Amino acid sequence: MSMPIYVAPEQQMKDRADFARKGIARGRSVAVLRYADGICFVAENRSQALHKVSEIYDRIGFAAVGRYNEFENLRIVGIRHADMRGYSYDRVDVTGRGLANAYAQLLGTIFSSGAEKPYEVELIVAELGETAEHDQIYRLTYDGSVGDEPHFAVMGGQADQIAESIRAHHRDDLSLAEVLKVAVEALAAVNPSTELGVEALEVALLDRTRHQPRKFRRLSAAALHTLLDLPTAGTTTAAEPGTGEPAEQQGTAAEPAAEPEPTPGADTASNGDEPAGE
Amino acid sequence: MTEFLNPAFREIATSSFTEFLGKAAPELLPGRLGLTGSAAELTPHGTTIVAATYPGGVMMAGDRRATMGNVIAQRDIQKVYPADEYSVVGIAGAAGLAVEMVRLFRVELEHYEKIEGAPLSLDGKANRLAGMIRGNLPMAMQGLTVIPLFAGWDAGRDQGRIFSYDATGGRYEETAFHSVGSGSVFARGALKKLYRHDLDAAGCATVLVQALYDAADDDSATGSPDLARRIFPIVVAVTAEGNHRYDEVETAEIVDRIVAARRTRPDGPQAPLN
Repeated sequence: MSMPIYVAPEQQMKDRADFARKGIARGRSVAVLRYADGICFVAENRSQALHKVSEIYDRIGFAAVGRYNEFENLRIVGIRHADMRGYSYDRVDVTGRGLANAYAQLLGTIFSSGAEKPYEVELIVAELGETAEHDQIYRLTYDGSVGDEPHFAVMGGQADQIAESIRAHHRDDLSLAEVLKVAVEALAAVNPSTELGVEALEVALLDRTRHQPRKFRRLSAAALHTLLDLPTAGTTTAAEPGTGEPAEQQGTAAEPAAEPEPTPGADTASNGDEPAGE
Repeated sequence: MTEFLNPAFREIATSSFTEFLGKAAPELLPGRLGLTGSAAELTPHGTTIVAATYPGGVMMAGDRRATMGNVIAQRDIQKVYPADEYSVVGIAGAAGLAVEMVRLFRVELEHYEKIEGAPLSLDGKANRLAGMIRGNLPMAMQGLTVIPLFAGWDAGRDQGRIFSYDATGGRYEETAFHSVGSGSVFARGALKKLYRHDLDAAGCATVLVQALYDAADDDSATGSPDLARRIFPIVVAVTAEGNHRYDEVETAEIVDRIVAARRTRPDGPQAPLN
């Protein structure tokens, strides 16, 4: 007859937290920053098909780091929650605060329940207000704690270093080109050995100047080239019009092979997020 | 917020909002009532919707009247809605159900696009709508028929397209122009005589409003432009740039021109005999 080994609850929580933190630290970072016309999401992401940044609702965006299948799951839950709220009540009743609370409950429940392993993810939920003062950026960690960040938030492997370098240059009234420069330089600085080109960036905006009710839009590589003032092979189109997401991104979750950078370890497919590129 | 902890939220594998709702909260879906007998007189009826394509786009227009028997239930009902940024849907039939169905359809399209990271094709959108009409068949047999007209920009083919439906969810693609609702017979007659393939956007809008005027002329359930209250048809154009709903100034300008011309010739413009 086997007896379960007694583990003190403090130790259990600490082990679970260490486990989650280790998973998150492997991922590349994401920064979410306010700028003059809204909120800007900048992620280092070498995959064109697997997104770290996504639209949840008219004025709500989502960014995540960590284990891909877990945050993808959370993203879908968030979209369902928002669409169901908006459908059964009204579109204005879907708020970033409500969503952040719901995520906090879900992550907290999973973290402290013995039945599931804790999620190795961190999330940012950002909501575009009617005016800049009402913009909100919520940062959620694996255990369900929520932080309300007034100006910008960073998460992922070297979040503290990146945050420090952003803090030195960031203001809420920067233009889009300026805020992109601040974010990209900060993300690139922590990893000087690898180049952070346009193809390694995933950038999206909650854009207050967009006329449609849906304020989320992605920036194409061509638009990024122009905004970051990089030498480019003649592509100078502005940001993509229309529906938030470009049509060429047909490939979805079932395609981890789309990652251009093969992982040295054996568990590539199960650990969807890329390993830190040391 | 507690619904978030419902395992259904994480476990149901679908990109369709309707399917998800059917499993997680079926009570929220329209038309799931077990009715017996006729319910036709419970909700007002929306009437005439017209649509036509032109080089570079497709356009839809609807009058503003809803009727209950001989009574005008609403003078300024909206029956033409943008479905997403590249398509538009107009509704005729039981207004209460139809408006709810359009609301669900709009969430459905957006939901799919957000989850999959790419929008549905225009045929995909048209088929989803067909499925929703088919789901309403039991209600249709109780007298609550919903007949939509769907139009959108097909980026793959680089043209505007129009789809019509029957109450069983049958989907039919229409060429050039189409109309649905009680005044549709009269509107289609007008469209036949006025439509040409080389219309520009302004011309297409004029043709559609002319057709609605003719429908209102002969069908008591279709509202003509209300000059005293300044209530005009809703006109929405869809092009490669997305939807554009004509604002009141733009539609007023078209209506005023048409009404002025009809003072001298009440039956509208004359088509050549040969």
